[in-house]
Amino acid sequence: MNATFVKVLKNGAVRFGVVILSALLLVAILAPVLGTVDPTWLDAINMSQKPMARVDWTGPDNQTAPRTLIMGTDSFGRDIYSRVLYGTRISLVVGVMVAVFSLIIGTFLGLVAGYFRRVDSILMRVMDGMMAIPGILLAIALVAAWGAQLSTVIIAIAVPEIPRVTRLVRALVLSIREEPYIEAAVSVGTPTWKILLRHVLPNSIAPMVVQGTYVCASAILIEAILSFLGLGLPSEIPTWGNIMAEARVVFSSAPHNMWFPGIFLGLTVLAVNVLGDGLRDTLDPKFNKRGEKR
Amino acid sequence: MGSFLFRRILATIPVLVIVAVIVFTLIRLVPGDPAAVIAGNMATNEDIARIRTELGLDRSFLTQLGIWSKDLLSGDLGQSFFFKKDVVGLIGDRLEPTISLAALTIVITVLVAVPLGTLAAWRHGGWLDRALMGFSVLGFSIPVFVLGYLLVYVFALRLDWFPVQGYRALRDGVGPWLHHLLLPAFTLSIVYVALIARVTRASVAEALTEDYVRTARAKGLSESRVLIKHALANAAVPIVTVIGIGIALLIGGVVVTESVYSIPGLGTLTVDAVLARDFPVIQGVILFFALLYVLVNLLVDVSYLFLDPRIRY
Repeated sequence: MNATFVKVLKNGAVRFGVVILSALLLVAILAPVLGTVDPTWLDAINMSQKPMARVDWTGPDNQTAPRTLIMGTDSFGRDIYSRVLYGTRISLVVGVMVAVFSLIIGTFLGLVAGYFRRVDSILMRVMDGMMAIPGILLAIALVAAWGAQLSTVIIAIAVPEIPRVTRLVRALVLSIREEPYIEAAVSVGTPTWKILLRHVLPNSIAPMVVQGTYVCASAILIEAILSFLGLGLPSEIPTWGNIMAEARVVFSSAPHNMWFPGIFLGLTVLAVNVLGDGLRDTLDPKFNKRGEKR
Repeated sequence: MGSFLFRRILATIPVLVIVAVIVFTLIRLVPGDPAAVIAGNMATNEDIARIRTELGLDRSFLTQLGIWSKDLLSGDLGQSFFFKKDVVGLIGDRLEPTISLAALTIVITVLVAVPLGTLAAWRHGGWLDRALMGFSVLGFSIPVFVLGYLLVYVFALRLDWFPVQGYRALRDGVGPWLHHLLLPAFTLSIVYVALIARVTRASVAEALTEDYVRTARAKGLSESRVLIKHALANAAVPIVTVIGIGIALLIGGVVVTESVYSIPGLGTLTVDAVLARDFPVIQGVILFFALLYVLVNLLVDVSYLFLDPRIRY
């Protein structure tokens, strides 16, 4: 194993993040076999049950069987335990996809801006304009225009993140291109695209991975906010934000409906952030400063 | 100074133009016929045709952009479909709660974060420092609406110290205004405190390693004087910069916090507008917030002149 990898794995913060996220990934994959029921099914007899209530539960197949409702039911009679567990899937998919999508586009734009000075000023002015619009607001507006599906929500959350990635990659390119090895490559006549792919890109990986984890954390939060405000995925789809949007209505009588998805959401974002801090400390890219993040 | 200000204001123009073009393009991103989508399911063909003419969607893209820019420059953001009112007037009506919430949040944040960050940097590696760093990771991770409901549960429902929801206008008295606003502002300030305390800590810690701090201590100045007059004063520029950048974060948080506490401000207006697919209002609010962001950061740049006499533009 290479030395950097060992150093990263020895970091306590990285370990904490990896353990929690692995557990959440397992929950997401194994959701169907963890004693859950169809998260969109509602059993009208068992509306607003308290956590740990023993009830006779009627499933979609019309069979009634005794069941312990670990987290209770919402006001429609949907099983919150099942909805929270299935909600893990949406949050993780959105977090990872937004990070991947914004990194790919942002890296491409950053490489172009950093290496081709002619497009730089125009491209960076456009990025400045995008950054002047608060991220959540732009995401909300894009979802409003496109309509809320999983794919549009992912793109809408990713678009406001692109300028930040572009800026980071551009700054990296600007510093890397002054290195002697780039001068050497240029002097032996290496084509520009080859320099970008062979030399600039590999040297930008570490800060980009760190940035990617921060983007992932903020994407998970923003997806939950969209759902919570009733602007995200349709309400029957089990997302943590949707469960909490449902919980608002009955908050004074059933506050626990808010806490269960809230704990999962907070823990997930915490794990991703801690992982990002750990990676930053071990990989030590001087470019990822917390204050410049959002 | 005058010429700096002029150049700095001039530099904001391209940013604002790009924001305006992005916002203009927004409604054209609606798949299919935007007029039909905006009109909703119950609309008749006449309704759709009327909306199309009203938005000028039946004309060419460039003509539309021209008309839109002309209206924008004369301060006309169009009419709301849903509220049947002028968008500029609508934003004006909702301004006070939002500005109150944001201003109180910034005041709380600066009063809490700057002393905390300074003390943490002073006792670098001590218990306060470690607690603050732990808290700041938590602050970044706890969703603002979960925190909001947690505080509502404890301080409004259980302890009954604050009202659960709502807003009182400033003209009804400062007391009721503050009483309704403290819990939302405190909720919103947590993530902001995390951000600013972190930056304060880092920049004060850096200033404390400088030679002038050693000199100040050597000539027998008290620690508080060294910290405030020498370290903090030299750390002011990064702190103010982050407060400016953090405005984007704050605005995002305002939308959510207003929703949690039912505060009738611009955030609530945005959510209502999106639910009603009221595009002129959505566009207007985004333009307004972007303008606010640009102006605050302009002020931040100007403040450098006062915070650091070495900076001369």
